[in-house]
Amino acid sequence: MIWNEYHECMDREQLAKLQGQRLRDMVERIYFNVPFYRNRLQELGIEPGDIRSIDDLKKLPFTTKQDLRDNYPFGLFAVPQQDVVRFHASSGTTGKSTVVGYTHNDIMMWSEVVARSLTMAGVTKNDIVQVAYGYGLFTGGLGLHYGAEKVGASVIPISGGNTKKQLQLMEDFGSTAIACTPSYAAFLGEAIVEEKIDRSRIKLRAGIFGAEPWTEEMRSEIEKLLGLKAFDIYGLSEVIGPGVSMECACQKGMHVFEDHFIPEIIDPVTCEVLPYGELGELVFTTVTKEALPLLRYRTRDLTRLHADWCECGRTLVRMEKCVGRSDDMLIIRGVNVFPSQVESVLLEMSETRPHYLLVVDRENNLDTLEVQVEVEDQFFSDEVKELEGLRKRIQSNLASTLGLHAAVRLVEPGTIERSMGKAQRVIDKRKLK
Amino acid sequence: MIIKQLSVFLENRAGRLTELTGILADNDINISAFSIADTADFGILRMITGKPELAEKVLKENGFAVKITDVICLIIPHKPGGLHRSLQILSDNGISIDYMYAFATSEDRATVVIRTDESKRAIEVLQMHKLELLKAGDVYQL
Repeated sequence: MIWNEYHECMDREQLAKLQGQRLRDMVERIYFNVPFYRNRLQELGIEPGDIRSIDDLKKLPFTTKQDLRDNYPFGLFAVPQQDVVRFHASSGTTGKSTVVGYTHNDIMMWSEVVARSLTMAGVTKNDIVQVAYGYGLFTGGLGLHYGAEKVGASVIPISGGNTKKQLQLMEDFGSTAIACTPSYAAFLGEAIVEEKIDRSRIKLRAGIFGAEPWTEEMRSEIEKLLGLKAFDIYGLSEVIGPGVSMECACQKGMHVFEDHFIPEIIDPVTCEVLPYGELGELVFTTVTKEALPLLRYRTRDLTRLHADWCECGRTLVRMEKCVGRSDDMLIIRGVNVFPSQVESVLLEMSETRPHYLLVVDRENNLDTLEVQVEVEDQFFSDEVKELEGLRKRIQSNLASTLGLHAAVRLVEPGTIERSMGKAQRVIDKRKLK
Repeated sequence: MIIKQLSVFLENRAGRLTELTGILADNDINISAFSIADTADFGILRMITGKPELAEKVLKENGFAVKITDVICLIIPHKPGGLHRSLQILSDNGISIDYMYAFATSEDRATVVIRTDESKRAIEVLQMHKLELLKAGDVYQL
């Protein structure tokens, strides 16, 4: 089943034409509506009329997360606030969130790409979809929700967590599809085993998993535990949220919805555009988005694009699972974490100094984050309750900045290695190969 | 009457305590009394040693987080009710104890190390009740 055969199976030349047209319109919109982009383009001597086809994309400047941060909260919006119908936000590097906005049309477009994604996983109006992604500022929950409703499926908007309830509704309502992070899917699978739930009462057929890196081993484990076929979905809030690309039944990479998001792979150092098949940083231009159109947005995700024929019939390019990042961002339980956020929390507290180490691991399929903080002579109290109090204060400040629970461990001064130049701030023990 | 106690932050890690006792031995510093408060991840070692300033210096040089805390050392008879009587006095005077630990110094006497925010007042009331306290000079020699 293909949700939108016209766009998903378009002749590639015809698609390039459509992309060129949409790019031209987009550049005109941002030139006249976003002072930031107008200045950037003027600096490069580019007028909207200079952009005639998709080949002109490479002349245009890049946008980075730093640009979003510098223009926090609404500086890059291309529409007046009264046209914005929704905000989402993801954590930023310095405690300030990256804010994204959507017009009514943006929400319609987003629902459309998620509907295409769900259709790839075989979801139809006959399905009961349990959306166990978090609802709220995070795009996962509402993104999948709207897409599933567009398909006509019956949605259970249960959001993340509350495993007992998840399992109960899964059984009682007979959920046939579930959307959540892969680590939570594995966790649910193990809970089914632990709770000795009668497997014949679990009706799941398809799982739509994303928002964090996972491996083929995890896929087969989840498929075995939950008795479903697991599909990989990709997205980031800056571009739209989940539904930027999605795996079809052939599972040879994720088809990028190129009529809305034009992908490029660049060399992260030279910024030169690389041909299909080469590994580099993924860049997106959101040609149809109204509220927050982004020109050549650098995702920092490292991957490859492939344009060869896919048996599913879709002509859209496929991206591989991301193999890493070109910056130091970590994805922990679906939440973006930058080591610099931890640093800013410690700097803001008068009783700590920024000597820290992040230890990321995966226990029982759930990511864990431990932050080791050195106890400084001058802040060292010899009373357990004082030190425990300090530990808890760091823990709660981290939780509110990161949006994620991190276990804080106090360590002796000087035990965290200080190397010349860039300090090692992260030990990631998760095996994702 | 106020005794300087050394408190050291220790990670729960094999061999760490041995490193510390080794450093003290190398510097000819005697440990008179000793206690460890432990949590899941770390411990706080509290001890009364000879030459407390030197002990602080050499431990800091070796990368330990060290702090000197004022405590009092109370001598009590090594017999039933000995500890109770002293504690009753402190409690009657509204002096709260943050922590304490004891060591027996001879067959008939024990010494209790007491940490309170009100060391001076604790000394006053204990002396008023004719209880014996160790002087700094005595205790570092023990």
